[in-house]
Amino acid sequence: MVKGASSMQWLLLLPVLLSLCGCHTAVLSPAGPVSEGERTILLDSLAIMLCIVVPTIVATLAFAYWFRASNTRATYLPQWAYSGRLELIVWSIPALVIFFLGGIAWISAHLLDPAEPLKSATEPLEVEVVSLDWKWLFIYPRQSVASINRMVVPVGVPLSLRITSATVFNVFFVPQLGSEIYSMYGMTSRLNLEADRAGDYFGLSAHFSGDGFPGMAFDVQAVSPQEFTTWVAAARGAGPVLNDAAYQGLLTQSQDVKPYSYRAVRAGLFEDIVGQRLPPGEGPATARRQN
Amino acid sequence: MSTSALHLAQDPSFGSPELARHEASGHGEGGPAPKRIVVGYGFWIFLLSDVIMFSAFFATYAVLFKSTAGGPSARELFDLHNTAAETACLLASSFACGMASLAVGQRSQKWTQVALLVTGLLGFAFLVLEAREFSGFVARGAGPGRSAFLSSFFTLVGCHGVHVSAGLLWLGTMMAQFYAKGFRVDIRHRFLCFSLFWHALDIIWVAIFSLVYLVGTLPPELLP
Amino acid sequence: MWGKLSWQAIPLDQPIPLAAGALVVFGMAAVVIWVAAKGYIPYLWREWITSVDHKRIGIMYCLLASVMLLRGFIDALMMRSQQAMAFHAAGYLPPEHYDQIFSAHGTIMIFFVAMPFVIGLMNFVVPLQLGVRDVAFPTLNSVSFWLTAAGALLVNASLVVGEFARTGWLPYPPLSELAYSPGVGVDYYLWAIQISGIGTLMTGVNFVTTILKMRAPGMSYGRMPIFCWTSLAANLLIVAAFPILTATLAMLLLDRYVGFHFFTNAAGGNAMMFMNLIWAWGHPEVYILILPAFGVFSEVVPTFSRKPLFDRRSMIVATMAICILSFSVWLHHFFTMGAGGDVNGFFGIASMVIAVPTGVKIFNWLFTMYGGRIRFSSAMLWALGFMVTFVIGGMTGVLLASPPADFVLHNSLFLVAHFHNVIIGGVLFGAFAGYTFWFPKAFGFVLDERLGKLAFWFWLVGFYVAFMPLYVLGLEGMTRRMQHYDRPEWHPWLLVAALGTLLILCGIALQIAQLVVSIRGRAQRREPTGDPWDGRSLEWATASPPPAFNFAVLPLVRSDEPYWESKQQARAPGQAATGEPEYSSIEMPRNSATGFVTAFFAVVTGFSLIWHIWWLVLLGLAGAYATFVVFAWRDQHEVTIPAEEVARLDRANRTARAQALREEPAL
Repeated sequence: MVKGASSMQWLLLLPVLLSLCGCHTAVLSPAGPVSEGERTILLDSLAIMLCIVVPTIVATLAFAYWFRASNTRATYLPQWAYSGRLELIVWSIPALVIFFLGGIAWISAHLLDPAEPLKSATEPLEVEVVSLDWKWLFIYPRQSVASINRMVVPVGVPLSLRITSATVFNVFFVPQLGSEIYSMYGMTSRLNLEADRAGDYFGLSAHFSGDGFPGMAFDVQAVSPQEFTTWVAAARGAGPVLNDAAYQGLLTQSQDVKPYSYRAVRAGLFEDIVGQRLPPGEGPATARRQN
Repeated sequence: MSTSALHLAQDPSFGSPELARHEASGHGEGGPAPKRIVVGYGFWIFLLSDVIMFSAFFATYAVLFKSTAGGPSARELFDLHNTAAETACLLASSFACGMASLAVGQRSQKWTQVALLVTGLLGFAFLVLEAREFSGFVARGAGPGRSAFLSSFFTLVGCHGVHVSAGLLWLGTMMAQFYAKGFRVDIRHRFLCFSLFWHALDIIWVAIFSLVYLVGTLPPELLP
Repeated sequence: MWGKLSWQAIPLDQPIPLAAGALVVFGMAAVVIWVAAKGYIPYLWREWITSVDHKRIGIMYCLLASVMLLRGFIDALMMRSQQAMAFHAAGYLPPEHYDQIFSAHGTIMIFFVAMPFVIGLMNFVVPLQLGVRDVAFPTLNSVSFWLTAAGALLVNASLVVGEFARTGWLPYPPLSELAYSPGVGVDYYLWAIQISGIGTLMTGVNFVTTILKMRAPGMSYGRMPIFCWTSLAANLLIVAAFPILTATLAMLLLDRYVGFHFFTNAAGGNAMMFMNLIWAWGHPEVYILILPAFGVFSEVVPTFSRKPLFDRRSMIVATMAICILSFSVWLHHFFTMGAGGDVNGFFGIASMVIAVPTGVKIFNWLFTMYGGRIRFSSAMLWALGFMVTFVIGGMTGVLLASPPADFVLHNSLFLVAHFHNVIIGGVLFGAFAGYTFWFPKAFGFVLDERLGKLAFWFWLVGFYVAFMPLYVLGLEGMTRRMQHYDRPEWHPWLLVAALGTLLILCGIALQIAQLVVSIRGRAQRREPTGDPWDGRSLEWATASPPPAFNFAVLPLVRSDEPYWESKQQARAPGQAATGEPEYSSIEMPRNSATGFVTAFFAVVTGFSLIWHIWWLVLLGLAGAYATFVVFAWRDQHEVTIPAEEVARLDRANRTARAQALREEPAL
């Protein structure tokens, strides 16, 4: 049977193809349990669907070729337009595949819910994330330090992120750690991630937020817990203080801001941003002139 | 190239002139439905789409109901007496519109014009009451820019008001047409649409009356 | 006096938009001058601009879509070349231009290419397939078209006067609010879409009524061609979804113009609500586009396989299932908003369920080919290209419907690749298949097949070269709408994608060449019988181009494929019928300038609203109202075509068919 054979070949090829891409692509080379889980779902779903998609494509081409008008050996069935058995198959194959995939989606939507804390013996590190025009502010409330466009995290420690926006919508996304989530003004999004390999991972906003949007990249440095402690100590020793006046300065639009850190953060800053007790991002200069 | 197409063209039974006699239902048996049915049906579809637009505004209102941003709430603002008067005007206007339909059926120019005038005046009274309510809110600092709740309130109720205003414009045109052209069939079709429109505005008003004004003035403990 | 409008609105200091704007202005001026010089204006006015004939309007819709396709494609070329250059560099388009270009590209391709193309095909084909003389409301149909054209004109005007939106093709607040987008760009977007949206809504009303209430005698629902079924489903969706769009954009307009707080960051506004509302329209919109394309393939595949469509019943059930399910999936556009496992899981499954009826359709086309005698003319090639390409797009779509997969692919170039995969591979290939298939019906001559096939191959290969790299880029974490970037691993793929757009450019050039060559050689390509492909449904039963009244007498439908059936009967020996029907006079709706004049006032109103020229707004609205009154006041609605004229035209077609029969031996 033509269909069966070719789909088997494809399935054999699949791991080869994926390993070819997999060693380069961010989403397929996870650095944490969340992105690992998401990659699994992605590849499993893809494999299941290829089992039906590849035979369909092959059959399309095969039927088109065999039943070409010039092929005298092909039977012509000018009246044939219905078969109850085929009708049943035609409905049940996609239905079964979707039943299967839907089950996976339902279960994994719960298991990989971004708001769900990760199971771990270690106490999570809390980070508060604020998207600004056009940079990211990371506040470490326990450590009372903050940084712009760089998130330093300890390896093997779950991250409990609370994310908001001081301006328009953005999406927090570190491809190798997994799970994008919206940052929205006046609201808190919860995201739980973990890095289980040391390294530098790029992060970006995955939702267009204006002219400076491409200059909104940040990086995540996953370091050992000791190095993290050292970083916190170093951060405490240098840099400006993030008080209301400094925050006011961040509300002005700027892009491609080089990472730097704040040696101290005014307590409750994040809550005041979410609670709309601080003004929102200023927007473009022309808007300010008109208002 | 199909050569046997010729035969088709010469098959007289393929096209069947006898069917022209049928008063068709449009359901596939007798061919296209007559103009009156097509016009009414089309206008119904349009009204359905209008109702969907209103549902979007209703949904928005429901979502933003509590987003008063420190401004006045529904319970503090709404005056049910005014709303009752508005409702009375609108329902009476619809009744007058029904009378106009009867007068059109009787081909009575005088009574058609009288009934339509009453319809219009009552509709206008409704608009005056609504404008008074709105300007009262604005005067109390509860204009649409005060809070998201008030934005959605003014938009939902105001959209109905805009429909009534457009209806009045249509009504005036209708009266002029009856006067100038008499009870011609296409004008009667148009009047059928107008009366459907006018009654549909009533239905929407009933929804506004109950979901906005009655629910809005419920004691807070009764609200979800 | 002139609101916000001043000479500064014209980008005299910026070479690229100025050149583009000048090109548009001079191009349009050149066309107008040429037409005027040739003395074609009275003809155009009489036969096209004021025409309420569904066939003429359908052709004008397709022409509008084709012209706008060129505009949208130039945007695509600019985006692809910018991204190919902007690795560690600024490229040649600064952000404020690049952002306008991707916003315009999406807006134009959806609203002014895909929509008018499918609506144009429906306009041309549906009444012919139903065996009737026109749509339910012919003048309204003309208004619909001209309002769509008015919206397109406003979008293009933004090129010359002011700017276009810099917010993406869906203007998400708070970015699209006055505080973050103070310019006129978003206003251009909003008014253009509102005006053309009204036109689209009227089309929906018109076609639902036409299909449900105006069919040839004997054409029960079960006997309706599948293209009519999918058109019905698409128009039901228009009626149910476009009012939501109108309401949503109206709220954004109120925010921007009079300081309301629906979606603002202040005073309790809720921007998330915009996303819910816009996608409550937006997802059905996707099916408004794809369902008519499915309908085209359901006509093309059986015709070129010389077989009836496999399992019509399932096809109809699947169409209506998609129509209904399309309203239950909108949340999958923002799984990453953190709605929780239950909500995400529900909408994930609901989205996947749509793949079932879609899969059924694919299988049904497959089994239609089984046992057929397939002729590979270019319409069939588009259909085959679609079947192969669309299942890939469907697969990646189901992948994105799985919330955890979407968590890493949302808004990425994987998503961009997915929807281009289904919109180009589905809607556009469908539009091209329909264009090739029905062109001879519209103009009476066949398009050049050789150039058509060549264009198909360039499009197909170009599509894969342009969009498969985008899937990889999505997996590499690249998000959409990046004006520049500094990830080295993205650069090679973007270069490949840019090459793909060049291949597509060749495809488009070949299509233009095909049209030019075919028109110049139309005398040799004339197709006298009206049935070039050995068709099966009623549109092939009349002359090409069909007379204004479509059918001299309304056909009597006795089966699923009435025209094929009657040909079969005629093919049986001794069955060839002779004689001709009894002709009687036919009343057709009179031409009307209402649509054109209304659209003129819509442009005036829209333009003055964008620039806050309030007196002109009032003037425009008054003009539109006056136009309607003038239309309502006219006494003569119809012209009568006398029976002799009907007979003369019908006999001419019969003679042509007889001539063709004598020249070519019967099967």
